[in-house]
Amino acid sequence: MIAIINYGVGNLRSVEKAFEAVGAKAVVTNDARAIGAADKVVLPGVGAFGECARSLRASGLDECVLAAAQQQKPLLGLCVGLQLLFDEGHEFGVHQGLGLMRGRVVRFPENGLRVPQIGWNQIEELQPHPLLEGLTEGTYFYFVHSYRIKADDGANVLAKTEYGIRYPTICASGSVCGVQFHPEKSQDAGLRLLANFAALK
Amino acid sequence: MLAKRIIPCLDVDGGRVVKGIRFVDLIDAGDPVEQARRYDREGADELVFLDITASSDSRDIVRDMVRRVADAVFIPFTVGGGIRTVEDMRDLLSCGADKIALNTAAIKNPAMITQGAEAFGSQAIVIAIDARRRMGERETGREGEGELLQSDEPQSRTGNSQIDEPPSAIRHRQSAIGNPPAPGWEVFTHGGRTAAELDVIEWAQQVEALGAGEILLTSMDADGTRDGYDLELTRAVAEAVTIPVIASGGAGTLEHLRQALQEGKASAVLAASIFHFGEFTIGAAKDYLRQRDLPMR
Repeated sequence: MIAIINYGVGNLRSVEKAFEAVGAKAVVTNDARAIGAADKVVLPGVGAFGECARSLRASGLDECVLAAAQQQKPLLGLCVGLQLLFDEGHEFGVHQGLGLMRGRVVRFPENGLRVPQIGWNQIEELQPHPLLEGLTEGTYFYFVHSYRIKADDGANVLAKTEYGIRYPTICASGSVCGVQFHPEKSQDAGLRLLANFAALK
Repeated sequence: MLAKRIIPCLDVDGGRVVKGIRFVDLIDAGDPVEQARRYDREGADELVFLDITASSDSRDIVRDMVRRVADAVFIPFTVGGGIRTVEDMRDLLSCGADKIALNTAAIKNPAMITQGAEAFGSQAIVIAIDARRRMGERETGREGEGELLQSDEPQSRTGNSQIDEPPSAIRHRQSAIGNPPAPGWEVFTHGGRTAAELDVIEWAQQVEALGAGEILLTSMDADGTRDGYDLELTRAVAEAVTIPVIASGGAGTLEHLRQALQEGKASAVLAASIFHFGEFTIGAAKDYLRQRDLPMR
């Protein structure tokens, strides 16, 4: 069972339905016990980093995320959910993240880019990892974000994307992983990635 | 590289897809879920559903449609039409919509844009702007506009100080400082029937400052003509804001799509009739645009 953590943000129904479409059992829940009993955990997130971090802590479910990481259960952050896995976010002030990976979340460079980045962009410089099974260089995913990951440790970066700058969009550290895009809105490629996550041991 | 987007638009009335020709002549063109599935398979980058049902009892039908679409397709989709409150927005987003398009409600209550952006993120807030070109005849006799059109002063950007003011206050200030942009387009509501007495460029900058994530810009002059997008309008708005602009209204050929993306500087093109009746496939449109140096998925 995959627990999709419901702390009041994001289009969770779509994430649940996308897992269902690849034959994985997933449930949207804010019940700490259900999350504790799940064998995989998904941390979604949309909107501003600070707001998401605050909601997650206010719900008390941040402890569930940290516990899942400690128990080495596969954990997948989606969009701001990926960003929350890092040390801190610099969106409307500096906010503390979960610190499961080293790095910060910063705004895109101000060089005439349209921000937020909205639409389909490609993943590049793919590193071998079970999460990326069957995905190739240049595969398109659906992105919506104004801030990006700046990872301290290149070993955590499984793929990058080009938008004004080349930045990490798939990250992992042990059982903890995350993607900047929305796999649940990325058609076949997104479903493949979710199926890969569901198959992780 | 970020791809340009092709977004089929499905007008929905009573839970059925209808096609709009100048928002009057409606022809039934199918079930929304079946249509969504077809576009998903064809490679549409997103979908927009505009609920044009006037009655308030359409809420349940729309909610049901949103749920069924969200269960059937895994690409982003926007729902617009008749959304009046932040609770309406929350309702449709929780049913599985990714974005909400606001038009009249945002004009009546601009603070709703900020409330929506704070509650759901800017990415979920699309502001639909229906624009109509100010014509020569209608210009004459308007107070002060003749001389204003000759002004060489750069047009002022909407400052943060104006965020909390209602649009009417901004409008009056423009008159007072004597500097509306030229050439001009006027914002319309109610399917192009009612003038909102707002300048399109000013309003576009205003909604960006208030927290909108995207602008869906429809030329009411071009809509339904199939003579092409209003490129001047599209470019003027795209250059006035940094959020993405979706061009809408007037697509009749694949070349029109190219023009909106290249000359008009739009991030995406919305089109209804050229796709609905199978005249062109999304795939053919993408091939055409790719061959003309546009990044497409």
